[in-house]
Order: sequence, then structure tokens, then C-alpha cells
Amino acid sequence: MLQPKWRTALTRARQDRASGGAGKLVVLAVVGLAFWAAVFGVLFRVLRYFRGVQEIGALLAGKLLSLALLSFVSVLLLSNVITALSSFFLAKDLDLLVSSPVDQVRLYLAKLGETLLHSSWMVALMAVPIFTAYAVVYHGGVLFPLVAAGSFLPFLVLPAVLGSAATLILVNVFPARRTRDLLSIIALGAAAGVILLFRIIRPEQLARPEGFRNLLDFITVLRAPASPLLPSDWVTKAVMGYLGGKMDWLPLYLLWSTAGAAVVLGALVHGRLYHTGFTRAQEGAERFVRGGIWSGALGRLLRPLGASRREFVIKDLKLFFRDTTQWSQLILLAALLLVYLFNIRALPLFRGEQVPFYLVSIVSFLNLGLAGFVLASIAARFIFPAVSLEGRQMWLLRSSPLELRALLWSKYWVGTVPLLVLALAITILTNVILKASPFMMAVGIGTIVLLTLAISALALGFGALYPQFETENAAQIPTSFGGLVFMMATIALLALVIVIESVPVYRYLRAAFDQEPLRISALMIVAFLLVIGVCVTATVVPLRVALRKIEQFEF
Amino acid sequence: MIKLEGLTKDYGSFRAVDDVTLHVPKGALYGFLGPNGAGKTTTLRMIAGILRPTAGRVLIGDDDVIRQPMAAKARLGFIPDRPFVYEKLTGAEFLRFVAGLYGQDGQLVERRIDELLDVFELSSWKNELVESYSHGMRQKLIISSALIHRPEVIVVDEPMVGLDPRAARLLKDLFKGFVGRGGTVLMSTHTLEIAEALCDRIAIIQGGKIVAAGTMAELRAQTASGNIGLEDLFLRLTGGVEAKELAAVLEGGR
Repeated sequence: MLQPKWRTALTRARQDRASGGAGKLVVLAVVGLAFWAAVFGVLFRVLRYFRGVQEIGALLAGKLLSLALLSFVSVLLLSNVITALSSFFLAKDLDLLVSSPVDQVRLYLAKLGETLLHSSWMVALMAVPIFTAYAVVYHGGVLFPLVAAGSFLPFLVLPAVLGSAATLILVNVFPARRTRDLLSIIALGAAAGVILLFRIIRPEQLARPEGFRNLLDFITVLRAPASPLLPSDWVTKAVMGYLGGKMDWLPLYLLWSTAGAAVVLGALVHGRLYHTGFTRAQEGAERFVRGGIWSGALGRLLRPLGASRREFVIKDLKLFFRDTTQWSQLILLAALLLVYLFNIRALPLFRGEQVPFYLVSIVSFLNLGLAGFVLASIAARFIFPAVSLEGRQMWLLRSSPLELRALLWSKYWVGTVPLLVLALAITILTNVILKASPFMMAVGIGTIVLLTLAISALALGFGALYPQFETENAAQIPTSFGGLVFMMATIALLALVIVIESVPVYRYLRAAFDQEPLRISALMIVAFLLVIGVCVTATVVPLRVALRKIEQFEF
Repeated sequence: MIKLEGLTKDYGSFRAVDDVTLHVPKGALYGFLGPNGAGKTTTLRMIAGILRPTAGRVLIGDDDVIRQPMAAKARLGFIPDRPFVYEKLTGAEFLRFVAGLYGQDGQLVERRIDELLDVFELSSWKNELVESYSHGMRQKLIISSALIHRPEVIVVDEPMVGLDPRAARLLKDLFKGFVGRGGTVLMSTHTLEIAEALCDRIAIIQGGKIVAAGTMAELRAQTASGNIGLEDLFLRLTGGVEAKELAAVLEGGR
């Protein structure tokens, strides 16, 4: 049953190779290796430090692994529930499979395998540098990969079975399409809650010496497992036991036997509930919607744009707010922004007697890069998929007298206007919190406006260069190769702008330091003009490329 | 009204449409027939301006689809074979959006929307999301969208797929009325009875080339057939061998 998918993946890889996909592979490999190296490097340093700490070093290392695995469990559970919904209830091959004389258990195992693969590959890749760091620091030896893989595999199976079972029950209660909406809101709401909670407890305070006053209590906490029933603890025990020289087989037995039993129980539940769940999954989602506000107030507001552009903008906004998988990402975005502002507020800049003017100015300046990065991530989520999402309806747009320029115009401004509001809000708020000078405020606002215009254009341009017309879920589009290239291009732009602008900002700080009035020199003007030139080029060129590419699309 | 001159389309080394020249006069209901993979859909999509021809040109009236796309497309209503529409719009919103693409809005459009939804018996679904529509209802909605701007020419790919007998009959009457008022229809279909009953002229395409074109009488004369029906003519022109083979396979399966 999985053969068609496997063969499709192979053919796609072959086609990619044939159409010069080697460059794509190299970029992915370089980014992947850099990420692995970063995770490995950080963990290696931490573990080597732990190893040097007497008595509690190994305990700390074990606790760290257990915490990492525990976070994996929660991520895996959520992603399995969401993936199972697609693979068990919404996938296109299900009509064929369910109508064929296929054994229920085989169907269950095939779909469970598919769910496991789709939901766990990222966690599995993430685990590689983690286990490698443990192996290197604690001299795991040649057999360590076997122990790690032997304990990690059943660890991945358990959340897949539990997630699929949870989905099965949910679908029996709600229609599948409603469940998807519900789950995406719950998942993103939960993620936003965790991020906010984690930030608000201010983990940086733990690094202060007064945090370690009660060592005995600390050791007690370290020794106690999170829960002896959690598979993450079993993996920790198996791995740390092996690395400590005392191999404990019980956790491995527990992992494999529990995974085996879970699959059997899962298959039984599947046999009982799948058919009714699948039937319910065929029901549609919501039917009636309110459309008055759109055509009423917004229609009047956009009247000067003319019929075609106005209807296009209204259509784009309606589709965005009616697709739960799209707008629910705003919850996460809001949480990240709160954390961002909280971090700026929490910076220890105003602790001393004197307000450190240079530090504030430098933070305010570098904040531009960070804000730019936040805007790029948002553009990747919301603007990058814009062209791909039109793919299936391109027959209509291309056969109508709509100018493709108007299509691009609408896509660009529908994405850019909210992004611009956000960019200005972030920059002005952070500069107000930082009590930045008027000069820094002006530089910040001017630059962020230019950067936002360029980032939107880049997102649209790369979205048109690397379209994903077959993807039904908009949330998956930014994680494609094109999304990665867009992020890399944007980071390069941000770096370039910051490097050029550092010249006038340095002059400004220098003048302040020497307590002299700021003289606008030719160099400063050239630097600002260069920034304008770079940003305008990064706006115009991607939009032109996008237009040409859209004109060439064939459906 | 529609003129195809040396129209050619290559996909890599594969030639899907090969030097097709065809004239569909104003006020005609022209059938475009051919076996699967013959190049019908590719030709129709080039006429609608969705695909760019490798060579040749398409004229709608006097307007070239590539050189004067806006003017050419404004005259055209295209009905594709696969009804992909925006799932999260309601039927009325979709029609309003399409009217907007043609630069039309206001009370006239609202009246036209009500009129079309009424004709296709979709009025009670007017404010429901398209995602809850059946295949046939989507097809009706797309047909409505092709008519919303009052086109002069309709290019339609497999219009009867998914339609119930009542809607199919309605569509036939609608096309007849449309050409009766001076409109032009180019229609691809596999339902030969419909083509024979409705179409004034018929073109048959195979392997990307037009193998015959004209009225039924002209087609019979071209193939030197007697008084045979369109089905036999079609099989003779496109190779009845395959049909016989298919029948043999089906017989063998029993």
C-alpha cells in the first residue's frame, strides 16, 4: 500500500536530479549540516562542562536528555494527531484503499507507518546530533548507535499509535474537517502558551548564583525521574546506563513490549472505530458564512481600486480568514511578538545609575536585523505561499482579462500592508521601550519600511520561482526548498543593509561620544542612498521575476 | 469568430498539438471530438489563453489571444473539464469575483448572479461555501461563471461530465439559445449523440492533428462513408481497431 508513495518519491527525486536539482541538494545538505553542527556544538560544550562537574555531572546530563526527549514526546503527540487526520481520513488514496478488499490490519499498519514517517522525521533528524554529542562526550563506542536507535525507534512508535488513536476518537465525535480546524487552533494555541510561559518564568534567572542556594534539593530533583511511566525516561535510562558502563536491559524491554502492545491495541481500536470515523470524515465543514462585512465596508473602502483589483483583494482576505490552518498561525505570531517585546523590556540596560546611551543605540540598531528576521518569517508563512495557492484556479485567472500585473499587485499589497503595520509597530515600540534617540528612531523607521517592502517582494518572487501547486495545506508551503532559499536571501539582504548602515550609525555614535553636534557627511548620505538602492532593487527585481514566471506558468 | 492558424504545442519533445488550422464561424455550435490524449484539452486551453502555443496563433474575432489578450479574453467564456474553484467562497461570492475579473460590478452583476443561480437551480446554495457543493453543482457554478460577463464566444471542455439529465438538457437548450442569438460555441465532448444532435459542424482531432472537419454531410463525403452515424464515422477516422480490442478484452473478462 505504501509502494505508490515510495515510487512517487523516487520518481520525483529522479526528476529533480534530471532538471538540475543537484544545486538544491547541495543547499539543503549545507543548511542541514550547519544546523546539525550547531546543535552538536552547543550540546558538546554543555555536556563536556557537565562531565567536569563532580557528583551531579552525569545526573545533569541524564536530566537534560530526559527533558529533550520529553519535549520530543509532546511535539510528536501533537504532530501525530494532526498527521493521522490527513493520512487516515483525508488522504486522496483512501477511497481506493477502503473500497478494495484490503485487510483492516494491513491498512492500519500502512497508514500508521505513513503517519509515523511524516510526523517523526524532523524529530529523528534532530535526535542525531544530540545522541552523537552524548556518544562523543561519554565515549559511547561503536555499539552506541545500535543502543540509541534500538531505544529511539519504539519511542517514536508510541506517540504515533497514541496520536492516531486520539484522532480516530476525535473524528468519531466531530467531522474530520472540523477536527482539523479545531486541532490546528489547539496545537498553535498550546505552542503559543508554552512559549509565553517559558519566557515569563525568565529562565535566565536560573543562571544567577543565588539560584543554586539549595544544592541538596537540586540533587533530589535531578535524581527523581519525570515519571517512571514515561517512555522518554526509559530511553534516558537505557542510553545513560549504557554510557555509564552499566547496561540496563529493562528500559529496552519496556520500550519494545509497550510499543508492540500499543500497535496491537491500536489495531483493535482501529478495527472497531475506523469505518464510522471514515464515514463521518466525508461530511463537509461549515456551510454558511457571513459575507456582509466583506462586500459592505471593505468593498466601499476599496472602491477606488476598480472592480478587478477590489474583488481580488476581497477574495484573498476572505480565503485567508476562512482557512483555519492559515489564520490560526496568527496566534503563534502574536505570542512570538509578545516574547520579542518582553525580551527587549527584560534587557538589563537600565539597571545602573547612568543610562548607557551607546548600548541602547547599538541594541536599537541591531534590533533592525532581528525585526527584519521576524518579518521574513512572517512573510514566509503568509506571502510566500500566495502564488502557489492560486495554482488550481489559474485556469480562471488566465482565461479572464485580468492582467497578471494586477494579480501580483493585489498579492503584494494584501501581504505588505499588514506586514508594514507590524514592522512599524515593532520598531516604534522597541525604540520607545529602549528610549532610543530621535536619530535612531528615524533610521529605524526608514530602514524597516524599506526592508518590509523588499521582504514582501522577495517572498512573492521566490514563491513564484518555487511554486507548490499540488500542496493543499498552505502551512506546508513555507517549509519547502523555495522557502529555505527565500529565508537565506532575506538574511543576506538584512546583513547587507546592516553593514552599510553601520557607517552612518557609527558616525552618529562617535559624534555623541565626542559631545559634538552630528554633521551629515557625504559618506553618510552615500550610505543611506546605497541602502535605499539595495532595498528598491530587492523590491523591483523579485516582482519583475515573479511576473515573468507567472506569465510562463502552464497548467 | 474563432480562428486557429497553424496552432502547435510541444511539451519537451512531445508534440501535443500539431499545426492545427480551424475556423469556427460566428453563430456556430462547433463540436471538437477526438480520442483521449488527442490534444483537445490542450487546444482549448490555448484558445482560452491559459497555455502559450509553441507556434501559430489564435484569433477571437479580430483579436489575437497572445497579442491582444485583454480584448480577446473579454469576449470569451471558458468552461474547463475539471471544476477547481475557491473552496472557501460561496457560490454568489465566486460569481461576483469572476464578474470583477471582467471589470463588472454593481446592481447589474447582482441581478445577473441571481438570474444564473436561479437558472441552474443553485439559488438555495447561493450563500454556502463551494466546499460543500457536489461535483455537478460545481460544474453548474463554473458554467454560470463563464456566462456572467455575457461573452460572445464560449469554449467548453466536456460540459456534460457530472451534470444530471435535467442540467444536461438545460445546458443543451442554453447553448442552442446562445448560438441562436449570434453567439459562438466550441465544445469538446465524448458524448457523440450530443455532438451529432447539437453541433452544426464537427472537427475530429487525433494525434494532435485535425483529421476531418465540416458538417456531418461533409464528414461523410470526406471519408467516403454512406449514411452512417457520427459514432461509426468517429471510429473510422480515429481507428476502430482500438474499440474492437477493448470489446475483446471486456468479452474475455466475462
